[in-house]
Amino acid sequence: MKVFFTTILSLFVSATSFAAKNDAVMVDGSSTVFPITEAIAEDFRNPYPRVRVAIGVSGTGGGFKKFVKGETDINNASRKIKDSEMALAKKYNVSYKEIPVAYDGISVVVSKKNDWVDYISVAELKKIWQPGSTVKTWKDVRASWPDKEIRLYGPGTDSGTFDYFTKAINGKAHVSRSNFTKSEDDNVLVQGVQNDPAALAYFGFAYYQENQDKIRAVPVKANDTAKAIMPSVESINSGSYTPLSRAVYIYVNPEALKKDNVYNFVRHYLQAAPRLVKDVGYVPLPKEAYLTELKKLEQERVALGGDRLAKQD
Amino acid sequence: MNRRLMDRSFYWFCKSMTWMALGILLILIFHICRQGCEYLDWQFLSSLPSRSPEKAGIKTALAGTVWIICFTALFAIPFGIATALYLEEYAPKRHPFVRLLQINIANLAGMPSIIYGLLGLTIFVRSLGFERSILAGSLTLALLILPVIVIASQEAIKAVPDSIRFAAYAMGARRYQVVLGQVLPSAIPGIMTGIILSISRAIGETAPLIIVGAMSYIAYTPESIFDMFTVLPVQIYNWAGRPKEEFHAIAAAGIMVLLLLLLSLNFIAVTIRSRYQRYK
Repeated sequence: MKVFFTTILSLFVSATSFAAKNDAVMVDGSSTVFPITEAIAEDFRNPYPRVRVAIGVSGTGGGFKKFVKGETDINNASRKIKDSEMALAKKYNVSYKEIPVAYDGISVVVSKKNDWVDYISVAELKKIWQPGSTVKTWKDVRASWPDKEIRLYGPGTDSGTFDYFTKAINGKAHVSRSNFTKSEDDNVLVQGVQNDPAALAYFGFAYYQENQDKIRAVPVKANDTAKAIMPSVESINSGSYTPLSRAVYIYVNPEALKKDNVYNFVRHYLQAAPRLVKDVGYVPLPKEAYLTELKKLEQERVALGGDRLAKQD
Repeated sequence: MNRRLMDRSFYWFCKSMTWMALGILLILIFHICRQGCEYLDWQFLSSLPSRSPEKAGIKTALAGTVWIICFTALFAIPFGIATALYLEEYAPKRHPFVRLLQINIANLAGMPSIIYGLLGLTIFVRSLGFERSILAGSLTLALLILPVIVIASQEAIKAVPDSIRFAAYAMGARRYQVVLGQVLPSAIPGIMTGIILSISRAIGETAPLIIVGAMSYIAYTPESIFDMFTVLPVQIYNWAGRPKEEFHAIAAAGIMVLLLLLLSLNFIAVTIRSRYQRYK
């Protein structure tokens, strides 16, 4: 009995002696950006094997809730910070630095068995997805298409992809017809579409890239005069795949940049991104963009009173 | 004639239901094993998580789960058994407060696990300042399984025949001697069943741990209960949602590890149970 109590007691006493978390790099946020940051963190193990990096996935908004209180060093974000979040950051006296790290192109896809869709325009997409949409068959979208029931698939309403798509297509974030099959897991959407010629879905570019043998992307036409553009590394990178390509970000707390480990991690992020972003299915920014960000980061660090080259832990 | 027919058909009904459930389970396990077996090797068990499927491993998640489960058991079992002993052996059964307690415990046993996650976040992570640590995670899971342990232990204690208690008293034993020396050992097999069931539940829990702050990527194994952690179900969920098909096979391998861990824990518990049964 005595032994038991001493063990418990010593466990609690040791609480005070552990401050190990301070030197860890704490990242949280979007599930969309997670694969990129994870790849960087893994690569970061090579030059800095002893630095601890921990990445959580609470979603962009959930991550910001922690970030604005200074609980995390870096937040993965698939959208820009909102005004309400800025206000909170101010309240808790936390500032932030926004760094774009990659592009993502939302792909509109159909089954390989669908042989009638050649391209789709933003106006047609809006007709399909706007709230209260009356589109029931493909014919309702365009008269030359067959009179088959259209079955719709899309990401769940908590995802950044949903936010972005609805904003780009319907004009307002979070506004959409509600009678479509939703899933937070994009693989479910791929499965739903692949064997159903009458299905239509939209999700992140990475999932289209990995499943090109099962589904095909539909070229998107921004307006009547524009050309229909296929989502591809080139079209997303050059910005011609509009309006469905977007940048994804990391937000860094400048206070955390004073810590060598965090600074080294962000620095490594920008150095390794051109090489690794493609690996995980996203489109890298132009090389110069990373260099500019890197320079800004180094200046920021010097301004904070640190060395440009932080010592290795 | 009619009654005989009923007799036969009821027998077949029960039998077919049993086999159907078992069959579905077997198909599921078979499917998982076929998908995952090629990735399940020592390299998989001993590697850190990675973006490339060939290098990805489950070391941190496995270590996290073992830590979490050990501390969950450490916190929940003493509280659970002591509560059950108090309620069955000491508390006045008809007292309104005790009855209220009883109803609450039964209700808590049926509460969705996500609520425990929110509770853990408020109390352990924020108020007590444990942050996203193994301590916070295992305390949350301990709360989650506590009601199940209490109820199962109570049933086991209730089943101990009074003759044993009376015999002990007749020998001049004090109450604590009766409870600790006679009632508890006789009730251990039943209590162990409750513990096995609740630990199995805790091992598969994802939702409350994600809320409390289990990480999705972590490249080091915990060294103290104040370290951050990830657990098997979180890692499996993470892999299952990846675009690369190979990761789905890796998720299956992860599920196999989870099942094996569960089986081995249950094996230990069953061994303890059968020992006590012999002792009885």
